[in-house]
Amino acid sequence: MNSIEKPGTYTLGDISAGQPCCVPTPHLMVNNLSVAYRDKTVLEGVSLDIYQGCITALIGPSGCGKTSFLSTLNKLSDLTPCARVRGSVKFAGEDVLNDRVDVLSLRRRIGMIFQKPNPFPLSIWRNLELPLKEHGVHSRRQRDNKIETALRDVGLWDEVKDRLHSSALALSGGQQQRLCIARALVLQPEVLLMDEPCSALDPIASAVVEDLIISLQGRYTVVIVTHNLAQAKRVANYAAFFWMKERVGKLIEFGQCHRVFEAPAHELTAAYISGAKG
Amino acid sequence: MTDRLFSALIWCAAVLVVASLAWVLADVAVKGVSHLSWSFLLAEPLDAGRSGGIATILVSTLLILLVALLASVPLGLAVAVWLAEFTRRQQVFAATTRLSLDVLAGVPSIVYGLFGNAFFCVFLGLGFSILSGGLTLACMILPVFIRTCESGLSAVTDDWRKGAAALGMTRTTAVWHILLPAASPAIVAGLILGVGRATAETAALIFTSGYVDRMPEALTDSGRALAVHIYDLSMNVTGGDAAAYASALTLIMLIVVLNTLAQAATDHWFSRRVSTS
Repeated sequence: MNSIEKPGTYTLGDISAGQPCCVPTPHLMVNNLSVAYRDKTVLEGVSLDIYQGCITALIGPSGCGKTSFLSTLNKLSDLTPCARVRGSVKFAGEDVLNDRVDVLSLRRRIGMIFQKPNPFPLSIWRNLELPLKEHGVHSRRQRDNKIETALRDVGLWDEVKDRLHSSALALSGGQQQRLCIARALVLQPEVLLMDEPCSALDPIASAVVEDLIISLQGRYTVVIVTHNLAQAKRVANYAAFFWMKERVGKLIEFGQCHRVFEAPAHELTAAYISGAKG
Repeated sequence: MTDRLFSALIWCAAVLVVASLAWVLADVAVKGVSHLSWSFLLAEPLDAGRSGGIATILVSTLLILLVALLASVPLGLAVAVWLAEFTRRQQVFAATTRLSLDVLAGVPSIVYGLFGNAFFCVFLGLGFSILSGGLTLACMILPVFIRTCESGLSAVTDDWRKGAAALGMTRTTAVWHILLPAASPAIVAGLILGVGRATAETAALIFTSGYVDRMPEALTDSGRALAVHIYDLSMNVTGGDAAAYASALTLIMLIVVLNTLAQAATDHWFSRRVSTS
């Protein structure tokens, strides 16, 4: 568990997501989750707990439903009109999949980072200000403080403090991705979902973002999809291995990251990790 | 060899188009410029437009255009947003709307004139008035404006929609603060097309805003648009050619000015929200 010994390198803000890693307290409880697009089931029978303050990596080949799984957790799957989700996802005593859940406040509490950095075509500042205003932070001073904190947390403050009002699209790919993480953090979420956050970045930018993700450990519950096994090994406390069985994605193995990598219980996991399959 | 022939043909086509355009412009400019002066722009027309100026006609034209834009821009943007953001491609009602808009965009303006006369002038009792004319023009420019804005919105990347949704933003915020500003070039293009078409319109206005060349005192007064004035001078008034050319030159300059203004206004409105690198 190399990553667990790494101290948090956050600059401002407190530790809000509970004890530092990794006392297994379930934060999200997924039970028998299935996802289908029209008639095609892409994911079936997934049950696992996502532990508070820990980083959980979802690994497995393309097309086995990892991203679909991730987007049910904050109900972003609602945006896909033909998606049907069954099962339950318990978060703070409520079933997320229930139709009565307030999606907007759910998504404030469960943030998401995408594969391709997607800063809005606004200034760096407006990118962070807009979500704050949207969620009712009307005091200008409060907003200013939160924005500075978030930018410091992702290590972007010193790089951009002189050009906060210039376009966010002028930033490099790695900076854009960190800005997107800051934009999620500025709302003080409890959970962060990351869908291959480094795969569109060059190796150096990728390493910076990876260090940032490690620094989130203990403060936020992180679920990260990655194709990079070495990265999963470096950052994650828990790993979930997905695989296609009869053209349907299934969760094959879930456990502490070092166990999944060093002593996989399932032969498919062993084959995938050793590179023999996938 | 074929390659050279092909590029020669392409060049010929381009030169032909530009030359014919330049010819029309030069013709209007050469014949119109001698008659054009400040006093022409600021005086009322006399003797059916043979002498005097076009002050009242300019005012009527701008009023008609203002009515047309005030009616069509908010409505058009709203429909475009509805089509692009709130409906699905396959949905029957949305598909029907798109089809009707495409058909309407191809309807000749004289048909809009007849419709405007029957609906605004007679049925709604607005008579021959600037209001009837402006609303008829609004109907005429709406289809193209809506479709241009809609395609602009649809071209905006889905990443921003997902990003906004993932931050718990409402669709209203996403549309207003992110998607519309990002689609602003298309909106400007639609606006310029609409303004150009409306300013140059004759057929739709003859039956709706009328011929009266007095200074309009209210929106319910009849008013003669510039294009109608040119038509009347060149077709019905002997000895009106000089004034017709000067009016035509004014019309061309007016369109250039309005397009520049539309561009500048939209840039200004969106620049506070959006910044493109």
